Amino acid sequence: MTEKKLADWWNESHGSLYEKLGGEAAVNAAVDIFYRKVLADPRINRFFEGVDMEKQAAKQKAFLTMAFGGPHNYTGMDMRRGHAHLVKQGLNDVHFDAVMEHLGATMKELNVPDELIAQAAAIAESTRNDVLGR
Amino acid sequence: MTSITYGGNTYPLDKDQSVLDCLVGHGAPVPFSCRSGVCQTCLMRAVRGVPPEDSQRGLKDSLKLQNYFLACVCHPTNDLEAALPQDVVKSLPATVTALEPLNSEIMHVSLECHAPLEYRAGQFINLFREPTLGRSYSLASVPQHDEHLHLHVRRLPQGKVSGWIHEHLRIGQTVEIRGPSGDCFYVPGRPEQELVLIGTGSGLAPLYGILRDALQRGHSGPIRLFHGSRNRAGLYLTDRLRELAREYPNFDYVPCVSGEEPAPGLAAGRAHEIAFMEIPDFKDKRLFLCGHPEMVSAAKRRAFLAGAAMKDIYADPFNVNAAP
Ligand SMILES: Cc1cc2nc3c(=O)[nH]c(=O)nc-3n(C[C@H](O)[C@H](O)[C@H](O)COP(=O)(O)OP(=O)(O)OC[C@H]3O[C@@H](n4cnc5c(N)ncnc54)[C@H](O)[C@@H]3O)c2cc1C
Ligand code: HEM
Ligand code: FES
Repeated sequence: MTEKKLADWWNESHGSLYEKLGGEAAVNAAVDIFYRKVLADPRINRFFEGVDMEKQAAKQKAFLTMAFGGPHNYTGMDMRRGHAHLVKQGLNDVHFDAVMEHLGATMKELNVPDELIAQAAAIAESTRNDVLGR
Repeated sequence: MTSITYGGNTYPLDKDQSVLDCLVGHGAPVPFSCRSGVCQTCLMRAVRGVPPEDSQRGLKDSLKLQNYFLACVCHPTNDLEAALPQDVVKSLPATVTALEPLNSEIMHVSLECHAPLEYRAGQFINLFREPTLGRSYSLASVPQHDEHLHLHVRRLPQGKVSGWIHEHLRIGQTVEIRGPSGDCFYVPGRPEQELVLIGTGSGLAPLYGILRDALQRGHSGPIRLFHGSRNRAGLYLTDRLRELAREYPNFDYVPCVSGEEPAPGLAAGRAHEIAFMEIPDFKDKRLFLCGHPEMVSAAKRRAFLAGAAMKDIYADPFNVNAAP
């Protein structure tokens, strides 16, 4: 997974998820809800309290675009690199699970059908080892 | 063929190539990450030409209005000259036309630019004492209505630039300024939206500009200004703001003091705490936060958690860097 572009793999396996969810509009609707949950969660908010909330919010949008099967160019290697500084700060499965929880809850709040939530969750789940640097 | 100019060089844009790929291919130091228009790392500004709408998706209105765009998803059909956000500012001389104390620590400085400066109330300029010693000051003036630039400069103990402005600057003296910069200003549109302005100390400068800009452009929704200081002596323009509140029924002014018993007409507590007490829900409201960096970041977070959309929060933390 690390070398091959995750995007290609997703396109093959989840080609239409992004469209089914409503594309960019769905990401826009979800990003503030998701980021609010993350910031309000004492288990993980310390990772997201960057100097610039706005830049952080844009990165959460990148996360959601990925999870929703949308277009992006991140590789597994990018995920490894992008979270390495967090792994150094102790990022582990508990934190990963918390993010998964908020992803699911955000989509539920937007009345996304369970079946599509499961697909998005599977995409996010597939990055676990890269994100956690294993 | 479309061409892209950057840093004085012009490059042809290949078919299907993004501005980012073109510039990075030629060694330009444009940062990027997602390459798909979401992370906003590759933010650039068109200084000539108009960027396609598609390349501005997801950007704050005040950035769109200044022709900012995302290079990785920018496929222009007309020539563009692009610059990185920090490279755009112009330098020009300006002459001091007035210096009037607003209170014991804040000075109103009025400047006449030697060439026209296009700006929006609430943006800031950098004012230079020496070629390498400059500081940012926000614009309290409204270009359509005020002839000169207006600044409110708070004097800091041993402040290299603020101290010099208070003690040595004279009417008729010419200084170098650079700018304007910043995206904390009123964008016309949604005139019925509620605006909440929160500032501490000289953080009133941009808010005073934004407030008058919004009123003069016919903003009809409620506008609430919370201005805070430790004590009464730190507040300023109170009479003028009360006058505006009488003149415009949709405008409400709440002066706050946090370090002493408030005199009649003042609220007791920190400006942002009073604002959050009075306004529990920030959904669909537009916010402007200026002044003390800790207040700005605390208020930003709280407003967002209280329902404000990230795109509706405009902020200028007055970071003081002890640099040269
Ligand atoms: C975007 C932006 C907009 C700004 N707009 C304005 C404006 O409209 N009006 C305005 O007055 N300022 C504004 N500032 C702050 C301004 O740019 C300068 O930082 C400020 O005037 C201090 O510069 P100085 O050279 O006088 O002080 P310096 O010589 O840089 O520093 C003086 C010393 O004061 C210390 N210090 C820091 N904060 C305080 C404090 N609260 N009380 C006492 N001491 C302190 C510092 O650590 C430092 O040692 C803005 C800043 C930014 C980033
Ligand atoms: C569930 C799988 C995850 C995916 C697919 C994912 C994806 C992403 C993406 C695409 C970015 C943007 C990278 C960039 O462009 O710079 C990002 C940044 C970030 N992620 Fe994740 N992420 C995941 C899990 C997590 C977890 C569990 C945490 C912490 C609890 C986390 C914290 C962060 C932070 C703090 C950033 C911003 C880093 C910075 O400021 O540079 N992520 N993530
Ligand atoms: S690189 Fe992410 S928006 Fe352009």
